[in-house]
Amino acid sequence: MLGSLVIVFREAIEAGLIIGIVLAATRGVPSRGAWVGLGIGLGAVGAGIIALFAEAISGAFEGSGQELLNASVLGAAVVMLMWHNAWMARHGREMAAEMAAVGRAVTTGSRPMTALAVVVGLAVLREGAEVVLFLYGIVATGTSGSALLLGGVLGLAAGAAFTGLTYYGLLAIPPRHIFAVTSVLIALLAAGMAAQAVQFLDAAGMINVLGQRLWDSSGIVPQDGILGRMLHTLIGYTDRPTELQLIAYLATLVIMAALTWVATPPRTARATA
Amino acid sequence: MRAIVLALAWVGLSVAYAAAPAQEFQLVIRDHKFEPAEIRVPAGKRVSIYVSNEDATPEEFDSPALKVEKVIPGKSKGLVRVGPLDPGRYEFIGEFNADTAKGVVIAE
Repeated sequence: MLGSLVIVFREAIEAGLIIGIVLAATRGVPSRGAWVGLGIGLGAVGAGIIALFAEAISGAFEGSGQELLNASVLGAAVVMLMWHNAWMARHGREMAAEMAAVGRAVTTGSRPMTALAVVVGLAVLREGAEVVLFLYGIVATGTSGSALLLGGVLGLAAGAAFTGLTYYGLLAIPPRHIFAVTSVLIALLAAGMAAQAVQFLDAAGMINVLGQRLWDSSGIVPQDGILGRMLHTLIGYTDRPTELQLIAYLATLVIMAALTWVATPPRTARATA
Repeated sequence: MRAIVLALAWVGLSVAYAAAPAQEFQLVIRDHKFEPAEIRVPAGKRVSIYVSNEDATPEEFDSPALKVEKVIPGKSKGLVRVGPLDPGRYEFIGEFNADTAKGVVIAE
């Protein structure tokens, strides 16, 4: 039972962290619960569909279907996160002012919740498909299935608890800094995803350059440990990065910063008066 | 705009893609074990490992050392591309049956 709990929890951490960050970033948006719920729901359905067609996907594109799917899902999430940060750069300041004025009860309802719901959905989809396949394997073999299944459910619950922890941890940040902090978190999240995406393209045989390993810190913080997994999701930590991964990581951060800079409206004279 | 930039990047990457011939190796999963449990591959080269899962249940070929995480559904084959590797030992497991499914790639 403990084995399946650990496996499912490990897969749930990543999605859990992302949901926690999204919830914190959208504090005060009236319909955010529905959007995030929708993202989780659709992601779970998508995970089931992917698990169902795992064989066909795996066999597609000369055996690289799974890698290409993962790379596409990550790429799409990166684009959504970029969109969110650019949008926040444009409107964040008005919203912060508004929140301070109205006592943070009301905020603009037109936040790019669709983008974030998609990000949540994609995270659940990617991690969920593995969980579904794993649990299916347990059910299919039928050997002491119930105990393992219980472990799986507990693992999911632990993942959900992790979401809560992330969320309430971020809530400790004063409201006027929350946009800045979550924007930085989201930029790092996206950079990590981009680095992961290029590795999947490498595994798919799409990229054959800059695959040299830069360093190996698995002896200090192994990426498959709990801390390693958390850092992996939060800041894109990789214990054995390739040159291409580092480039993708840094390039994403640069693009994010550039987009934010371009999208930020010029300060008006009023601000200094 | 962003979509265009990404599309261009994608095209650029696809053009840069050169199909380097990779050496091929075979691996079988049977009763939640890898056979052979040890494969020797040349260091410094791209290597293709065909993993054939003969069990009815899915397995995940997982190796942080090889930077691979790949689900191989029951009764099917999966292709794992690794390398170029520095000489050394690279352990891998079947994550869904980590107690029994263990193996190592030795690059030399």
